[in-house]
Amino acid sequence: MHRFVEIKNLEKTYYGHGIFKSLKNAVKAVDRVSLGIEKKSIFGLVGESGCGKTSLVRSVLYLDPPTAGEVWVDNTLLGDLPASGLRSFRQRMQIVFQDPNSALNPKMNIQNSLEEGLVNRGFDAPRRKKQVSRVLDLVGISPSHSTRYPHEFSGGQKQRIVIARAICMEPDFLVLDEPVSNLDVSIQAQIVNLLQDLKEDLGLTYLFISHDLNLVAYLSDRIAVMYRGRLVESGSTDEIMNRPLHPYTLKLFSSIPGMETTAMTDDAGNMPESSSDGVKPVSVDTRGCHYIDLCPLRGRECAARDPQLETVHGSHKVACFKINKCMRRIISTKP
Amino acid sequence: MQKSDKNLLDINNLDISFIQARGAAHALRGIDLTIASGEILALVGESGSGKTVTSMSIMGLVPIPPARINKGSLLFKGNDLIGQPHAEMRKLRGKEIAMIFQEPAKYLNPSLKIGEQITEMLVLHLNMSKKQAVEKALEYLDVVGLGKSRRVLNSYPHELSGGMKQRVMIAMAICCNPSLLIADEPTTALDVTLQLQILKLIRNLKKQFSMGVLFISHNLGIVREIADRISVIYAGKIVESASNQNLFEDTLHPYTRALLQSIPDAEKRGHRLRAIPGSVPDAENIPSGCGFHPRCPLAQDMCSQEIPLTKDYGNGHSAACHMVH
Repeated sequence: MHRFVEIKNLEKTYYGHGIFKSLKNAVKAVDRVSLGIEKKSIFGLVGESGCGKTSLVRSVLYLDPPTAGEVWVDNTLLGDLPASGLRSFRQRMQIVFQDPNSALNPKMNIQNSLEEGLVNRGFDAPRRKKQVSRVLDLVGISPSHSTRYPHEFSGGQKQRIVIARAICMEPDFLVLDEPVSNLDVSIQAQIVNLLQDLKEDLGLTYLFISHDLNLVAYLSDRIAVMYRGRLVESGSTDEIMNRPLHPYTLKLFSSIPGMETTAMTDDAGNMPESSSDGVKPVSVDTRGCHYIDLCPLRGRECAARDPQLETVHGSHKVACFKINKCMRRIISTKP
Repeated sequence: MQKSDKNLLDINNLDISFIQARGAAHALRGIDLTIASGEILALVGESGSGKTVTSMSIMGLVPIPPARINKGSLLFKGNDLIGQPHAEMRKLRGKEIAMIFQEPAKYLNPSLKIGEQITEMLVLHLNMSKKQAVEKALEYLDVVGLGKSRRVLNSYPHELSGGMKQRVMIAMAICCNPSLLIADEPTTALDVTLQLQILKLIRNLKKQFSMGVLFISHNLGIVREIADRISVIYAGKIVESASNQNLFEDTLHPYTRALLQSIPDAEKRGHRLRAIPGSVPDAENIPSGCGFHPRCPLAQDMCSQEIPLTKDYGNGHSAACHMVH
């Protein structure tokens, strides 16, 4: 028996072009990621840009099949489904993208955009119209506006329409890839409330991706932190927010305005600087912990072996060899 | 007009509209801002509220027409910048007033090496020789934390990461020692871990060179980290100005309060967010009276009829609202 969504050792490698270059330039975007999402819960995934969040999502939805690993949704192994089966299964998994301006076809009116999927499901015209009005009503857009085109709506309204299109297929698993980061501050809260209402009313399960930690902490039941293709820490929201342990998580939290966590210092008392090169892609033959270059606690074993997610307490898991040192540091710095 | 001696920048009742075929867009409806040397003033607002028009008008980069300056003055070191000839503005821009932008990648010339782009300004504004300029450029790369790196000088923008490009932009902005730095959402396009470093850098530079900084952002969390004073702009009007502490602890205007309440964080878990209904008005049809009244929880009849005046509530804290007493 699996949880509603179960991802096991998912890997995604992108290869370069050409026969000889293909292996040399291979980039491991997602590296053995395992996570489970309970039905009707919100799972938050945090990480910087370039850490593989979007690659992970594309692989989970089989928009870009993973290189290795298994994805189970409601006890169905997606890799086993034939192309046609996958296509019809996908109605149960939908995605909301970051930028509503590029997610809607500017040449199609809202009615046509929303009912495209329903045509595939064999709905006749009156039923389609009924379903489209129903979902538009749910997201707070007047169904009488369904003949309008995307440019006639504001950014917040467009995002509501994108959400309507996702729930139009009556999915039970929804992936939200930074759904509010392109919206104005005063509109963000409206959309966040809408997402919460829809989840309650329709019994949805969310995989919520964002770099806004405050938002993830507000919304999610469980949180995982991703760094350069791997999960470095996962746990319930309380565990992660109250007791972050991995050096990278601490670093991430300390750089968010309004967060009280302080980043770990090395023995000389220096804060780890982010490399100004940003998050570098990981080539296939990289060994050891990916955070090693910046970690204040790094040691010999960190370079030799790959750290695995190990349970610290309850459901709180951390992938770090220096976990005991992490805990001691935190206890000693907390008054 | 004694105030203008003390303040680096003094914007009085600036009112700008854009004339279009389908009617005028009233971008700024009489704003007042002051910045002293060695002070960071943050201008906070949502998209379309007039933040960028404000910064562009200080730089003299608002195209006239379509723009029209209806009234107001823009005093920089006591001189009105409005109506200055282009040649004069060109001498100020980059030398006295410098700007960093949201997306460094868009504002660096992709076909010129970083070194050429930095030294160009030094040769032009400070009449340096090419050799001196290179030395100076290296010095400023060091100031912004890139080290005295000739490698960076010899790179093209695409060879650098986003954070490095933003540092190069900052180096370019400060290399002529400007008295006013305009930072238009300098961290929005950057990763969270880099964000704080850039904020710290701006704060240090302010101290080191005692520049005045106009920091434009939509993120109240970031503003709280960096600003000395904050002005909140809505629909082309400053609705509230206060010191950093006063704005967050003694919020007066209902819009500012609503913004603060709508920001999610872990403590609000399980409760619905208090969203502001409706959306930001566009500059073509701003509501009558107070621009915020259709979305305001406190609105009365009076709010839709009369434009509220900006009132001073002591300690440099001012707000424009009928309902604040």
